Amino acid sequence: MTTTAEKTTQHEEVVTHPIVQDLTVPGTGYGAEAKVMALITLDNGHDHTKPNTFGLQGMTELQGVVDTLRQRAEAGEIHAVGITGKPFIFAVGADLTGVPTVTRREQALEISQAGHRAFGAIADLPVPTFAFVNGAVMGGGLEIALACDYRTISAGVPALALPEVFLGLVPGWGGAYLLPRLIGPENALKVIVENPLSMNRMLKGPQAYRLGIADAMFAPGDFLEESLRWAGRVLTGEVSVERTDHTTDEAAWTSAAAAARALADAKTAGRSPSPYRAIDLVEAARTRSRDEGFAAEDEALGDLLMGDELRAGLYAFDLVQRRAKRPAGAPDRSLARKVTKVGIVGAGLMASQLALLFAQRLEVPVVMTDLDEERVAKGVGYVHNEIEQMLGKGRLNQDRANRLRALVTGSTSKDGFADADFVIEAVFEEMSVKQQVFAEVEAVVSAECVLATNTSSLSITEMAGRLEHPERVVGFHFFNPVAVMPLLEIIPGEQTDDATLATAFAVGRSLKKTCILVKDSASFITNRLLGRFMGEFSKIVDEGTDVEVANKAIGGLAPMPPFVLLGLVGPAIALHNSETLHRAFGDRFYVSKNLQKIVEARKPGYYLPDGSLDPEVEALLESPESPVALSVEETRERILSVIAEEVGLMLQEGVAQAPMDIDLAMITGAGFQFWNGGVIPLLDREGISEKVLGRRILPPGAASVPA
Amino acid sequence: MPRTASDVVFVDGVRTPFGRAGEKGMYAQTRADDLVIKCITELLRRNPQLPKDKVEEVAIAATTQIGDQGLTLGRTAALLSGLPNTVPGYSVDRMCAGAMTAVTNVASAIGFGAYDIAIAAGVEHMGRHPMGEGVDPNPRIIAEKIVDPEALSMGNTAENLHDRFPQLTKERSDAYAVGSQDKLQSAYAEGRIQPDLVPVATRHADKGYGLATVDEPPRPGTTVADLAALKTPFRAHGRVTAGNSAGLNDGATACIIASEEAARELGLPVKMRLVTFAFVGVEPEVMGIGPVPAAEKALAKAGLSIEDIGLFELNEAFAVQVLAFLDHFGIADDDPRVNRYGGAIATGHPLASSGIRLMTQLARQFEEDPSVQYGMTAMCIGIGMGGAVIWENPHFSGDNNEKDA
Repeated sequence: MTTTAEKTTQHEEVVTHPIVQDLTVPGTGYGAEAKVMALITLDNGHDHTKPNTFGLQGMTELQGVVDTLRQRAEAGEIHAVGITGKPFIFAVGADLTGVPTVTRREQALEISQAGHRAFGAIADLPVPTFAFVNGAVMGGGLEIALACDYRTISAGVPALALPEVFLGLVPGWGGAYLLPRLIGPENALKVIVENPLSMNRMLKGPQAYRLGIADAMFAPGDFLEESLRWAGRVLTGEVSVERTDHTTDEAAWTSAAAAARALADAKTAGRSPSPYRAIDLVEAARTRSRDEGFAAEDEALGDLLMGDELRAGLYAFDLVQRRAKRPAGAPDRSLARKVTKVGIVGAGLMASQLALLFAQRLEVPVVMTDLDEERVAKGVGYVHNEIEQMLGKGRLNQDRANRLRALVTGSTSKDGFADADFVIEAVFEEMSVKQQVFAEVEAVVSAECVLATNTSSLSITEMAGRLEHPERVVGFHFFNPVAVMPLLEIIPGEQTDDATLATAFAVGRSLKKTCILVKDSASFITNRLLGRFMGEFSKIVDEGTDVEVANKAIGGLAPMPPFVLLGLVGPAIALHNSETLHRAFGDRFYVSKNLQKIVEARKPGYYLPDGSLDPEVEALLESPESPVALSVEETRERILSVIAEEVGLMLQEGVAQAPMDIDLAMITGAGFQFWNGGVIPLLDREGISEKVLGRRILPPGAASVPA
Repeated sequence: MPRTASDVVFVDGVRTPFGRAGEKGMYAQTRADDLVIKCITELLRRNPQLPKDKVEEVAIAATTQIGDQGLTLGRTAALLSGLPNTVPGYSVDRMCAGAMTAVTNVASAIGFGAYDIAIAAGVEHMGRHPMGEGVDPNPRIIAEKIVDPEALSMGNTAENLHDRFPQLTKERSDAYAVGSQDKLQSAYAEGRIQPDLVPVATRHADKGYGLATVDEPPRPGTTVADLAALKTPFRAHGRVTAGNSAGLNDGATACIIASEEAARELGLPVKMRLVTFAFVGVEPEVMGIGPVPAAEKALAKAGLSIEDIGLFELNEAFAVQVLAFLDHFGIADDDPRVNRYGGAIATGHPLASSGIRLMTQLARQFEEDPSVQYGMTAMCIGIGMGGAVIWENPHFSGDNNEKDA
């Protein structure tokens, strides 16, 4: 039994082979006098949709190839070594799919050391080495290039990054040591820390070239040919590459590291170890020898690979890369009906955002309706204005702008819905209003037309109840701002049929949203959990804990402090949400008296535009009779505890099909942190789930180091 | 409207190294369109004085216009070469004389005054697109005996040529072929071929990336004895062998053709001046004779005689076909005016691309030899045709008196 279990969990590496071919370097002569380069092509035998990665086996092969090349170089058979990738892909780094099988620190160290050995062997070759970065390059892929003496890059490279910190690692195959010495500490920390912590931003070829990561850049069409000609000029001495010694300016390293730490504090509140480890490595690279630098990277990788934070990061990566693409519980795609025209009831801000999104992504006519001409004109005007702005910024051309503009029309009559296949309502959040709207729509549309509701809290079943065809109603809940937030909660009512649900998922997919199936229940997943979190936060503050203390307690959890978010959402909407949740679930959802006062006073939030607490708001706030000031840790535990409780309830009630859907929803709908794995891995890691629910929520190993 | 005819010049020409067609060839997994795109890109790189938007036409020849040699290659390759989308393009097919025809087409348009600067090119990847791929000959060709079906195989027409001219023996053909190999080897050693070669990255799923920097087909050191031992695949005890004919090859060529005025204005090199050209038809069964009447027609138009031609670049589809030309004009088999760098028997003959190779080599020889005033590029063409183009050497030192004397 044990062996079978082991076999099924054993990881099968897709091996990136280093294939070697000798070639004559152009411009170095003809016949015997010509310089020979051994060119390594990294190729895992698949097309560009499965990029090259490095696992242990690939690393071993590479080591073997480099050892042979060393002998050949010493024998004078080759005069240079080059490395390039397969078409469109150089290499995208370590094969992390094997990480869940790493259970001991020695294994982790071995992965790190194997990389250092192979890449170090390249750096130590006795002939000039060149990396020809022809395509996407990340992590270990960039580090193998950094191990070479020279680098060229294709102007067509779509993505260059050291994304390790995004996942909870450090660039530990030489990147943290070599990059700052090559391009200076400030630029290196941009690539190693700032970009990964900024939604994992990537550089394009020309940007990487400007940073000094490559010595020369060529057009993609004949990139390898031109790179080899350039290599020829280097070999003949016609071109020499001047490098700046960045190690002399100590102050630059200190200040760059300090700036990066401040950024890491702002983004993670000190709750994710990897950026700090990376910054430490970079800062120390100035004075370390290569061996010392690589050894320090080994230690950092060993620690981080064995830490739960990385495992949570990989779990989040898997959610976003895999689970998001195959939504659990969605009916067979073939059941989906074609959508050739969309109706939108309402022309308010939400409706207008939806109109723009549908027009852009589905490229079908979109008809907006509202009660009077003025509202309709305003809604259509909003869409047209947005298109105009995109046109102005060069994000679309005139033809495309004309096409989109023509797609979006408005009317006070719903007659235009007659040939629509999908009508979504975004009217006032009131059951009777929505029921009325759907009844009016049903009078116009075909029997199969899907009726979708963008309700954020109301029952889909109830909304469909009075219709002739309730099976065509589905919840389709977007998040604000619609263009930015990836999440779309899709909610079937009791009678919703598979064709309707399949169509909803197909439309969601076309809209490029992350679709999650949610049970018909008050406020669904994201707003419910976020509401519980915000409510408890407000309650703790209302009871007497300092806001700053409370903010510190939840640092690194949500993308911004709750009261800042409240200002963005608007106090009235926030209050309405909390009241709705309170009505549905009772006292565990807190309605803040102070928030009510802010709404009554029509204040736009707690803070002034400069970020300070508004004194007028401060005057409104009711002081508790017997204030309870919690510590940072007490506050954190209380807030995480209520989140754990709510997660437990949602799973018990079947609101979410699996814990993974809750995390995926919180990452894509509420901006919860990737490196926390959303929220559940954090609850498990800090022992909160155990305390509140008496059990972990995810099995050990799913988003943590297996025991 | 008033119209002035322009002088048309050959500005610059390049080619890829030629490869052996087939699974083992260096271009086995390299796309045909990429080969010709690399040539066009190289021309633009070598001639930075030429603004890309000044190119007004791209004509690309390919015999088998299927797959990566289809899709109006002249247009798609132009776009893929980084030319602006205002530059039009089209495809050309006249079998082996495709590139030659692409040149004479754009030259005609330039001479007529329709535009000033064009790129002409040719490509044939005979590994990916073997001769005869997807052909569907009209049954009337046989029913009405329009062409002997055997004449659709070029090797047979070469055997037929040996029949017609019994003095063109297998021995003469083999000796000529050895000469071709020797001359190419010398030209390489002297660095005369390399300057006009575009290195091409070759990718192979099992071998990774490589770089083609020299021709793959040449067999330097070949002897007459080696050739005597080869099989005669087209006819038992025949005369035509793989050794005295061009092989099956992959490769591409490209050149810039311009009005002389535009070339001078932009500071582009003027390597050859077009005098005139002619294409003719002959019996398809002896298509190899085609260059003879083509040359005669072109010479007549130019008011020149064969003695005025100081350099010949003749395509060597088959040794016998070159010998037929030389015999006709009373030129020795090893005349130093003919194919100084060797010919297609050594370099290979990727059908529709070869015409521009002849021109590029003639241009270089013009530069090397200012004593020559006129040169000719000529080739035989499948289904019974011949083409000849006469060029004037702009480097000619102009000692006409000696010539007259």
